[in-house]
This record gives sequence, structure tokens and C-alpha cells, in this order.
Amino acid sequence: MEYFLELFLGGLTRGSIYALIALGYTMVYGIIELINFAHGEIYMIGAFTGLIVSTLLSAYGFGTFAVLLLTLVLSAIYSAAYGFTVEKIAYKPLRQAPRLSPLISAIGMSIFLQNYVMLAQTSDFVPFPALIPDFEFWEPYSHIVSSSELVILFATTVLMVALTLFIRYTRIGKAMRATAQDRTMAMLVGINVNRVISTTFIIGSCLAAVGGVLIASHIGQINFFIGFIAGIKAFTAAVLGGIGSIPGAVLGSMVLGLTESFATGYVSSDYEDVFAFLLLVFILIFRPGGLLGRFTTQKV
Amino acid sequence: MKAKRMRMGWLAAALAAVVVVGMSGSVLAEDTLKIGVAGAHSGDLASYGLPIAKAAKLVVEEINAKGGVLGKKVELVVEDDVCKPEVATNTATKLASQGVPVVVGHVCSGATKAALGIYKASKIIAMSASATNPDLTQSGEYPNFFRTIASDDAQAKLEVEFALNTLKLKKIAVLHDKGDYGKGLAEYAKGFIEKSGKAEVVFYEGITPGAVDYSAVVQKIKKSQADGVIFGGYHPEASKIVSQMRKDKMKTAFISDDGVKDDTFIKVAGKFAEGVYATGPKDTSKNPMDKMVREAYKKAYGEDVGVFSINGYAATLALLNAIQKAGSTDYDAIVKALRTEYVETPLGKIKFDERGDAIGVGFSVYQVKDGKYVEVVN
Repeated sequence: MEYFLELFLGGLTRGSIYALIALGYTMVYGIIELINFAHGEIYMIGAFTGLIVSTLLSAYGFGTFAVLLLTLVLSAIYSAAYGFTVEKIAYKPLRQAPRLSPLISAIGMSIFLQNYVMLAQTSDFVPFPALIPDFEFWEPYSHIVSSSELVILFATTVLMVALTLFIRYTRIGKAMRATAQDRTMAMLVGINVNRVISTTFIIGSCLAAVGGVLIASHIGQINFFIGFIAGIKAFTAAVLGGIGSIPGAVLGSMVLGLTESFATGYVSSDYEDVFAFLLLVFILIFRPGGLLGRFTTQKV
Repeated sequence: MKAKRMRMGWLAAALAAVVVVGMSGSVLAEDTLKIGVAGAHSGDLASYGLPIAKAAKLVVEEINAKGGVLGKKVELVVEDDVCKPEVATNTATKLASQGVPVVVGHVCSGATKAALGIYKASKIIAMSASATNPDLTQSGEYPNFFRTIASDDAQAKLEVEFALNTLKLKKIAVLHDKGDYGKGLAEYAKGFIEKSGKAEVVFYEGITPGAVDYSAVVQKIKKSQADGVIFGGYHPEASKIVSQMRKDKMKTAFISDDGVKDDTFIKVAGKFAEGVYATGPKDTSKNPMDKMVREAYKKAYGEDVGVFSINGYAATLALLNAIQKAGSTDYDAIVKALRTEYVETPLGKIKFDERGDAIGVGFSVYQVKDGKYVEVVN
């Protein structure tokens, strides 16, 4: 039972990180039907910014809690700037182009950002400080769930709730939903679609940056390539849950994280990816639109 | 037509020149001792082969300056095999027809295997500075093969011996990163543990390199109550696993390979790296001969020694020394000398065992102590 709980919480933690990244994929897809392959790189840039910011803040003697919070906020802002710029440079000029063009542009952006960070920083792995301290009072249970896992779960939940409220009740949230339903119609009723798209990129990038900082602090190391695998997995999760659907991305991520964790724990880590992708295949066979996605016939 | 005849004429002239040069070569060879050097000297693996050939040249120059071997000057016959087995057989035939008693080479294990059959038939001894395939010495099929580098399974063997005899572990989890290098090592380690019967392999698994985290695997190690982990792979995964284990307050011993014996591992894993064991090539930098060779190489070629230069130097030296000690180029006499006479090389004082592996060449166990890898003295 204890083993099950450990695996369950480990899977949820991993799923939370996937969810923070997957939301960016799914929101962008929902609005401009683009798979933003550079999104994993935004996550990586978030982690690198986090490293620089937290090192500086610690050097200036800020407290643990202040460092954690400020690091999260500042990396989110910095990554948001990246997400915003990437959209303006690589996707906006191609908005009327055939659908494959922005996709290729996205892949190019991903490669560019990876190499940029590699050249500007380092190609080596670098240590990342543990921003989340161990809760000593948690002692009898700390082997089941560590403090950083708890913080990741908590932060993800808070962000998900905030995002849901934002999209449901704010003006720009409503505009986002309207744009997702029908971009031309939204423009006709006077919604500034360009602003909506920029906002989507900014929100997605913020979430990815938070995910990047939290997991980097949990794992303790980063390099320029971490965004690639995390991005692929998060993209899988978004498809699993139904790309374009926000609750779907969260559900898909949790399912993916848990499947991986249990596959490793009860079968073998050799089959971690095998099970994850088998699950994807089966879900797509029986529900082609993903778990919560609407199935519509489209040319891709 | 006229032009064609002209070309034919040129060709004939060129051919004649080649023949003359070839003949003058064999005339010169009368009073020299020819030894072969074979390996990849062109193509994408030339960076492994060339430094060995250059090191061999260095040895020969030095020995010739001292009067040569058995009173004769030594002459190198350098042949390229591009590390391809099908080319290597041609290379070997060519060297055999030149009548060399010994060959330094080849470089790649596959090419070495292909060439060895031909050498065996012509009673030629081959000594490789870089072929690490265990079969070459362990299968017993190649009595004419020797090497100055440890075989692939030597690390695994050392890891297992250390785990069983020094740390006295009873339950060992064997992990790898699914790569050629890591998985190969892990497979040997598992085999050695099972053969020894002294400990149990509680589980044997491959992890996905680059995964977001390894908490599930770490929980599994904990549940299996393994008292040690042997990991085949590189440092990024190793540091993630070790950090997670130590954060979970697990004291399980962690033993890995030279893919982890890297300062980046210590830098990244920080305080969690303390106490981790890793095997790595024996430290020869304190050997004065090693230092001398490095300097001579740099002076002669204007570049630092290549990966296998030191091994190549040692191989050439060992072969020439054996010929000198044997007093002739007779196959059996040289083999006997290689197995019985110690020779001073940059790798230390070595001789060869029955199967052809160098005794005294190989790996040591290191442990992280105060942020540094320190050699563990058994």
C-alpha cells in the first residue's frame, strides 16, 4: 500500500509538470490550431532563468520563501517575453500561410532556442539549487511524499484553478473562448484577435516556466536539452486528453504520469515509454479526439 | 587514338616507377626488421588509428636511435583498414605477404577479428591498442592476439568484485540506460554476479535517458531492499538517481562506470555525490614514462596524444621488447617472451596472460570523497 502511494504520488508529480507544459500546447492549438513545438524550449528557458535569478537572489540574502516566490514570478515573466516574441517573429507573419508553414517555423524556433541556450550558457548539465526546503516536521511520512513533490502538486492545483477562473470569468478569457470557437466571427464582433493570441502565448509560457523551475529544483540539474523530452511528453499528454481542451490536457497529463510511474513500479522501467504510448494508441483508437476532446473531421 | 596512346605511355611510366620504388623497398628491407601497423588511418575513425600509428613511429625512432632490435633497424609497414572487416582481411594479407612477424593493430574490434584468422594462418602476432571486445581474448580462438587495453567486461568485473568482496553486498539492483555502452556493462555485471553465487540480482532494468525524473525506479530500488546499485551509463542519469535516493534517505551503495567518473557528476550531484563509487582507467599520469611519451609526442607532431596513443606506444614497445628477448622472430619464442617477460611501458610494468590480456592494465575503483574522486585502495 505504501509502495502504491509512493508510486501514485510520484506519478502525480510528474503528471503535474506535464500538465503545466501541456496547457500551453493545448491553449495555443485551441486558438490558432498550431502545434507550438518551441513550447518545450520555453520550459527550458524558464528553468535557466530560474537558475540565474535564484542564484542572484540567494547571493543578496533573500529568505527561502522569498527566493522561491520571486524566482517563480521572474522566470514566468522572462519566459512570457520569450513566448510573446516567438509568436510575433515566427508565427504571426505566417498566420495566413498554409498550415504546414507555421509548423515548420515552430520546429525551427525550437532548434534555434536550444542552440541559443547551449551557446549562451553551456552544453553541460548544471546543478540547480533546491529552492524548496525539506519539511522536517513531516518526518514519518516524508519517505512517501517529499516536500518538493507536495509543493509541485499544490502549485499546479492552484494554477489550474486560477486558469479555469480566468478563462471562465474575465473579459480576455471570454475573448479567448470566442476566438477558439471561430476566429473570423470573433474579429467581426470586435475582438482584438492578435491580443488574444499574444495573451495565450504569454499564459502558456508562464505556466511552462513555473513547471521548469519547480521540476529543476526537485531534480537538481538542468541542461539545454531538457525541453525536448518534456515537451514531447507534454504534447503526448495534450493529445491524450484531447488537444484544444484545457481540462483534457490536465487529465491527459495525470493519466500519462501515473501510467509511466506504475509501469516502472510494477512492470519494468524498460517498458515505461512502451506503456505510455500504447495507452495513447488505444485511447486514440477508441476516442480519436482524445479523452475529453471533441472529434471533428479535419484536414491536417 | 593518339591521345589514348599517350595516356598509356604515362601509365606505363608510372607503373615502372612504382615497380622500381617497390624493388628498392625490398632491397632496403634486407637488413631491417619489418613490423606491421594496421588500423583506420583514413575515414571517420582515423582519429583512433592515426595516433596509434604515430605513437608506434615514435617508439621505432627511439629504438632505432639506440641501435634497433636484434642488431637491425626497425621499419614500419603501415596499412589502412578503415576499420572495416572486409578491408581488414586485405590489409592482413598484404602484411603477411611482406613477411612481418608482428602487427600493431588493428584498431576496431570487428576489423581485428576479421584480420586475426589470416595472421593465425601465417603465424603472425597481432597486438591491439584499442580493440576491447571481450571475445577476442576470451573465446580462445585467437592465440596470436594480445592487447594493451582492458576488455569491455573488465570494468563490469571490477565493479562486481568490488561490490561482492570489498563491500560484501548481498542484494544488488543492476540498472542501465539502454545504450550500447551502459547496457553492455550492465549485462556483464549481471552475468558476473549470477555466476559468483555470492549475491542476488534483485532486479535488472533499463531506464529512459533524459526522463523528467526517476522517482518510480528509486522507489523500486527501495522496495527491493537492495544494498547496492550497479549502474551502467553516463553521469546525467546517475546524478538524478543518486540525488533522489539520498533525498529519500536511502544509504544504498551506488557503483558505476567511467561514464560517471567525471567531474561534472560531482558538480551536478553536489553533496549527494559523496560516497559514490565509479570505476575508471588506472591513473598512469604519475608514471614518468607516460609523461615523457606525452611530451615527445607533442614535440614530434605538435598535438596532444590521441585516445589510444599511450596504449599504442605500449603495444609497440612490448612487441619489440619481446622480439629482442626472444632473440629471433620465431612465433613461439615471441609469444613465450610476451607471456613471461615484464616490460616497462607508459602503462606501467606489464606482461600478458594466457589469453592475451595485459596484466597490470585496466581499471581502478574510485570513490567521491569531499567533492573529488579518490582511488580506493583495496
